[in-house]
Amino acid sequence: MARYLLRRTAFLLGSLLLAASLLFVLLRLLPGDPSNALLPMGATPEQIAAARRQTGSDLTLPEQYAAWLGGLVRLDLGTSYVSRLPVGGEIAARLAVTVPLTLLAFVLAVVVAVPVGFLTARRAERWYGPLLSGFAQLGIAVPVFWIGMLLVTVFALRLRLLPAGGFPREDWAEPGRALAALVLPVVAIALVMSASLIRYVRSATLEVLGSDHMRTARALGESFAGAMWRHGLRNAAAPVISILGIELATTFLGAVVVESVFALPGLGALLVEGIAEHDYPVIQGVLAVSTLAVLVIGFAADIAQRLVDPRLRTRLGRP
Amino acid sequence: MKGFVAGCVLVGVVLALAAVSLVWLPYDPADTSGARLVPPGGAHLLGTDKLGRDLLTHLMIGARIALTAGAGSVLLGGVLGVAAGLAAGFATRWLDDALAAALDALIAFPTLLLAMLVVAVREASLGSAVLAIGLAMSAVVARLTRILVKRVLAQDYITAARTSGSSWPRVIVEHVLPNIWPTLLVNLALQFGLAVLAEASLSYLGLGPPPPNASWGRLLHEAQATVLTAPVGAIAPGILLVVLVVGVNLVADGLRDLAPGRSR
Repeated sequence: MARYLLRRTAFLLGSLLLAASLLFVLLRLLPGDPSNALLPMGATPEQIAAARRQTGSDLTLPEQYAAWLGGLVRLDLGTSYVSRLPVGGEIAARLAVTVPLTLLAFVLAVVVAVPVGFLTARRAERWYGPLLSGFAQLGIAVPVFWIGMLLVTVFALRLRLLPAGGFPREDWAEPGRALAALVLPVVAIALVMSASLIRYVRSATLEVLGSDHMRTARALGESFAGAMWRHGLRNAAAPVISILGIELATTFLGAVVVESVFALPGLGALLVEGIAEHDYPVIQGVLAVSTLAVLVIGFAADIAQRLVDPRLRTRLGRP
Repeated sequence: MKGFVAGCVLVGVVLALAAVSLVWLPYDPADTSGARLVPPGGAHLLGTDKLGRDLLTHLMIGARIALTAGAGSVLLGGVLGVAAGLAAGFATRWLDDALAAALDALIAFPTLLLAMLVVAVREASLGSAVLAIGLAMSAVVARLTRILVKRVLAQDYITAARTSGSSWPRVIVEHVLPNIWPTLLVNLALQFGLAVLAEASLSYLGLGPPPPNASWGRLLHEAQATVLTAPVGAIAPGILLVVLVVGVNLVADGLRDLAPGRSR
């Protein structure tokens, strides 16, 4: 396990370097010089030279690459062309919206999906079986922004129970108002996420319920609950944990779009603004931070998977 | 089996809309001569939008765009992904680690972010969306294929087949592929649905194909402002999205249940 941890950490660092390089290459393919975003129409050659110095596009590509990696290591993400503020601070401010939004939606989705997924597999023949599968089928097919639109229409525009969008200017100084602003977006994301999670929990449960070792355990006289606890859960947990890691990343993706439906000033909104204004440091920064988050989540999911499924620790899987 | 048939019917509805749109449309998609926000009925079966364009016309064009986005992405992502996943599953430890790291790095870019980048690099078009969604999907498919291949290779019957003299290509064809394809097929169908949804999200954010050939996502975005006065425009494209994605998923489930050796 210790050797695996070392290997997996090296792997994480390699992935980070690769992701940072990929980001750099992709963004250098963008048409036009980044300094154009800073210049007025009909700028003088002096102004152009100054802008190119400021954005670093007068440097050679390897120099720019070194500067980009060096900045990442020092956690310095540069300065926004538009707001002239450090990108790191801007992102931190936006995370105050996106992180609670993502985590609340994720927790709500898991709390709903695990028992429901188990029930859809185990109690498919009860009256609520088709109802639950129907919910899972529908939820996985509904675009999260449309759910958001419908929720706003019903609960904000018609019933006027909750705000239709926006976030209090003073952030979390008034937690009640901030939470109220997050209720509809969280529900929108969680509805969609839990539906896709239910499918995975259901298929993992079905696989375990139909497995030989469960039948053997039952034949040897274990109760269903005992067999499930001792043999079933751990077998079902490994694939589910792996999916959870991916789903957490998907939640962030949902957050990007949902922030746009509800006019929330989160990370996704920052990215959309950055793309619209060709604000390269902002685009780079947001993508770097979200990529880092997703990679670390994947790292954690892999370690957790090893802990619950000893079969993955053997090297039998290789020809 | 009932689900499979229902799925075929749902997908068939969207296919029919798309097919008819190739030869006939109720109105020219760019025609803004109609009255604005007309309710359904009369000359405009589903009414018009805030620019006086016929909603049914746009829904039909949207069906074509959604199917193209889904099929294109799955083709690109499936071919690239299964090939890479098989290679990683069989590779030596060093190469497997390198491939897995590359996949993790790719997966770490959520599809939508990758798509937004590609759109910024190229242009807001259906091609950009398919390229980005397909690439992102290929990493997910490759990771799944790799895990599935490894799980199969860890089984005793593989050792048995190898010990009794089967070559690796023969083991792939006889044992690995038959064991992983039901899961893969179900996943690819899910990915088709996700690709359709991802394209709709891009379009909703204004990064999809430009009007007049707009996708369902853009129709929804444009209808959001008038949702209380003209609800049909804000509901119909969403329903069609759900119909298509549910249909594809039901077909996938049906296929999984029909697969040999897999009973519920």
